[in-house]
Order: sequence, then C-alpha cells, then structure tokens
Amino acid sequence: MTISPDGIILLQWHDLALNATILWTWIVMAVLVVGSWLVTRHFTTDVTISRGQQLLEVLVTSMRDQIHDVSRQRAGPYLPFVGTLFVFIAVSNVLAIVPGYYPPTASLSTTAALALCVFIAVPLFGISHQGLRSYFTQYLRPTWFMLPFNIFGELSRTLALAVRLYGNMMSGTVIAGILLSIAPLFFPIVMQTLGLLIGLIQAYIFAILAMVYIASATRAQNTDVTSSSNELNVEDNHG
Amino acid sequence: MDNVGLIGMASILAAALCIGIGAIGPAIGEGRAVAQALSSIAQQPDETATITRTLFVGLAMVESTAIYCFVVTMILIFANPFWNYVVAQSAGQ
Repeated sequence: MTISPDGIILLQWHDLALNATILWTWIVMAVLVVGSWLVTRHFTTDVTISRGQQLLEVLVTSMRDQIHDVSRQRAGPYLPFVGTLFVFIAVSNVLAIVPGYYPPTASLSTTAALALCVFIAVPLFGISHQGLRSYFTQYLRPTWFMLPFNIFGELSRTLALAVRLYGNMMSGTVIAGILLSIAPLFFPIVMQTLGLLIGLIQAYIFAILAMVYIASATRAQNTDVTSSSNELNVEDNHG
Repeated sequence: MDNVGLIGMASILAAALCIGIGAIGPAIGEGRAVAQALSSIAQQPDETATITRTLFVGLAMVESTAIYCFVVTMILIFANPFWNYVVAQSAGQ
C-alpha cells in the first residue's frame, strides 16, 4: 500500500520522473483554467444567465462574504489568493470520486507547497498593508522576550497547515483501502461519501485559516480605527 | 529475538499506542467544543453562521493533534526507516 501518490511513477526520462501527483495537479489546473475560460467567455448582464455563470457568481460572492466576515476588511486584495487556494483544494478533493484518480492533496509535497505559499503571503500582505517596520515590530509584542515564540509559532502553524490537509486526505484513501479488504461491497461507498464531505470541509478550513493568518498580520495596526467603522457598517446593513 | 522481529514488534506496538492514546484527547476536546457550540446555538439562533464557522475552524485546530498521531502511525507501519534499514542489512548478509 502506498501512503502517497508521489511513489507512483508513470514516466521516467533520465532524472525526470512524472509521478501521479504532478500529473493530477496539472489536470486539476487544466480543468479549472479551461472551465472558467469557457464560462467567462459568455458573461452577460441579462436577466437570464447561463448555469456556469451562475455557479461562478455564487462561488465568488460567497467567498467574498466569508473573507469579509473573517477579516472585517474589504475582500478585494485577498480574494484572488485565498479563493484560488479554496477552489484548487476543493476541486482536487472532490474529483476523488473519479476512478483511477489520486488526489494531489493526499501528497505531502502538494500540501507543503500550498502551506509555503501561505507562509510567504502572510508577511507580504502584512508589509504591504502596514509597512516594513511596523510589521516586524509586531514580532516584539508583547515584549522582546516573546520573539522566539512568535517566530516558532509562525513556523509550526505552517507545518500544521500542511500536515492537517495531508493527514485528512491520506486517511480517507488509506481507510478506504483497509476497509476494501474487510467489507468490499458496500462500506467503501459510505466512506467515500464521508471523504467528499471531509474534502470540502478541509478546503474550507485551509482557506479560512490562511485568511485568519493574513488578517492577523494586517489588522494589528488599524484595530482602533477600522473596527469601530466596521461596526457602524454592520449596523447599517442590519438596519 | 533477532533485530527484525524486535523492530517489527516495537513498530506495531508503538503505532497502536500512538493512535490509541492520541485519539483520546482530541475526542474529548471535540466533544466539549460541539456540546458548547450546540448550547450556544440554542441560546442565540441568530448567531448560527458565526458560531458554526468558528466551530469548524476550532475543530480543525483540535483535530490536528489526532492527525499528527495518525500520520506518525502510518509512517511507523508503512514507511518505517528503521525497518527498511534492518531489512536492507539482513538482505545484504
């Protein structure tokens, strides 16, 4: 039994090996790019819109609302990054119902790469939002004594992000494989359904956690000003 | 007992203990979190969306310790470096 699709080598050419992770990652990317290109070609503002446009509009507006709820900021700058993470992970998890498909998120390489993207994006958003000096003094809070703990926290949450997604997706595959040898006919289908649910929840959690980390890096400086104005806006919306 | 048997036995035992003990803590924690969230939703149904989102994120955090245990167990069973070393050595002799 393999615990990672990295071990499945499809093509070997000198030192370059094409394994299942790379192949399926590129296929998922192709599905996303071609799918959204096909849909966005026929965008209209008519009363009747196509199914694809409906899907994309629901997806984008709900992601925008979620990001706004979590960060209490305008969703605009964060939507491309966080939304891409969510859509990629969700599609690559949900495609697991296709026979012969190995989810690329069940490989530690993919999840580590995604977590590294978050690890790099957090300081980038933080610095661009509140400046170099102000961002790095954040590590010295509450006292300079906390500096190693803050740095270690940054590293460990990146590791946790990678291992959480990998462990959840790999456990689905492995448990299905083990149950296949005990109760071959019916039970794996139930686990497959549970696997779909877990896949979507994990995609959601990955994106939300990335957003929480980015929000905590960008928010520190302007809590006093924006939180009060946000509360006003929220009250306006409710009224 | 020779090295191969010893390492095999230790790996299996360690894997079982790791997932067995490691599942207790997160299970208790998740149970308490869900119970608390349910009673909060019963008291304030208007805040269901916020409570559910926070609950999911919190559950993911709590669950990650169990996931670590699971990953360590899987490594001990399927990708054990000591096992591979011993098997390679005994094959070389």
